[in-house]
Amino acid sequence: MKSVTISDLCVSFGALQVLHDIQLEVAAGECFGLVGESGSGKSTILRCAAQLNQKWSGTVEIGGKSVRDMSVAERCRAMQMVFQDPYGSLHPRHSIRTTLEEGLRINGIGNRDARLAQAMRDVGLPVDFLDRYPHQLSGGQRQRVAIARALILEPDVLLLDEPTSALDVSVQAEVLNLLVRLQKEKGFTYLMVSHDLAVVDHMCDRFAIMQHGRVVEVLPREAITQGGATQPYAKELIAASLEYEHAV
Amino acid sequence: MDPILEVKNLSIRYHGAPEPAVRNVSFTLGRERLGIVGESGSGKSTVGRAIMRLIDSAEITADTMRFEDVDLLNAPEREMLKVRGKRMSMILQDPKFSLNPIQRCGHQIAEAYRTHVHCSKAEARAKAVEMLEQVHIRDPERVYDLYRHEVSGGMGQRVMIAMMLLTSPDLVIADEPTSALDVTVRLQVLRILDGLVKDKGIGLVMISHDLNLVRAFCDRVLIMYAGRLVETLDARDLNNAQHPYTRGLLAAQPRIGGSRAPLPVLNRQDSWLTPQAQGDAL
Repeated sequence: MKSVTISDLCVSFGALQVLHDIQLEVAAGECFGLVGESGSGKSTILRCAAQLNQKWSGTVEIGGKSVRDMSVAERCRAMQMVFQDPYGSLHPRHSIRTTLEEGLRINGIGNRDARLAQAMRDVGLPVDFLDRYPHQLSGGQRQRVAIARALILEPDVLLLDEPTSALDVSVQAEVLNLLVRLQKEKGFTYLMVSHDLAVVDHMCDRFAIMQHGRVVEVLPREAITQGGATQPYAKELIAASLEYEHAV
Repeated sequence: MDPILEVKNLSIRYHGAPEPAVRNVSFTLGRERLGIVGESGSGKSTVGRAIMRLIDSAEITADTMRFEDVDLLNAPEREMLKVRGKRMSMILQDPKFSLNPIQRCGHQIAEAYRTHVHCSKAEARAKAVEMLEQVHIRDPERVYDLYRHEVSGGMGQRVMIAMMLLTSPDLVIADEPTSALDVTVRLQVLRILDGLVKDKGIGLVMISHDLNLVRAFCDRVLIMYAGRLVETLDARDLNNAQHPYTRGLLAAQPRIGGSRAPLPVLNRQDSWLTPQAQGDAL
């Protein structure tokens, strides 16, 4: 288990500064949520941590080591990311086997067949699905494959970018249950972006509310129901979510 | 009261598909708010599009499909042009894709009006500004001249609503009108739509995957599964739904303050595919 520490993270796209001095501490084995409206910079934090976006200043540490000091192989085995849209994040012309095996091959890991089978079992898919292509799977099954791809290198930290927002509630339930079970079994640290406070309340221990590229407030999950927010925007967001859920 | 929309045994099969996407769907709509709920792929949007006659790559069969005095099965396209956008209109999911990026928002509203009503440009502009005011846009004169990329998602969707309600249609089909919006503006947009629909006595078909939304903003709900209607019930009775599919959908939703026990997962059964609920639907 490894912790994630983000300090003084700043990002600009051209003249526009999209993240301002982000400070976040995620404890080892914690599930930490990031919520906020679209454009508030939640996903950008994950993309910086995963080095998909390399132009940023500040430090991101995983288990006390800066991601910039890690080699690609080391970084990939420390953290993996699961993307929002399983329809877009799997290569349409690669079989599931090819998709999952690529990481193992690049990192020179042996015993591949056993690992592939284990990854499929971990996410609750039949092992013979390895020879299917993404279009032969449903949305929920594809997201399971995306999670399997993240698991197969046995990382410590999973970055989840709205892992269920493209899925139906019925399928969302399956994926959320899977994520909860995997965290219990493997002790992952989750950093999860979501726009749905109900999902955050179900999954996370603490969460940060973001607006305009700044962290407005970091709250424990109890703050949603017990009204622990102090900042006006945090109050507004929680109130809107509660109202939406109970609106009659 | 006469129904605005009457659909009986509607089946839709896309060309080249072995199975129909929608089969034997029947319902009637008065001056009320009707929700159609189901998972993606259940055929709910297809039903909406078929009513608007926006699908030309499918075989549509029905015993009846009637909108007021228009027979939607046999009306020629020439007649549909007069009906579509004037007497019935459709609000789509994402204003980012449904507004023209290279035309000013207000201009698009005025254009929609002038397509159906013979009037001068100045009159259309006045109408459009007035309508923007009705969807609670402050400073409508300024917003009239903005482009799509200059307005937020919530404002864009209100522009769409203004455009669709300007001709005072009798029927509005809203296909996931708020799922692309942030939760903070979602309720606001829904309230505006709801207020206008009530004031003008419009029949509303709200297509959504969100049971909470439909519960709050509809009078009646149709539940669709795999192209079939499995249950029809009053929105306030949603908690007492009988069909295992509806109950499964309700249970699978995580709730704020709920227990953190594993969420109940839908246990799909083949028996749901038999049309047992047809009696209720009629």
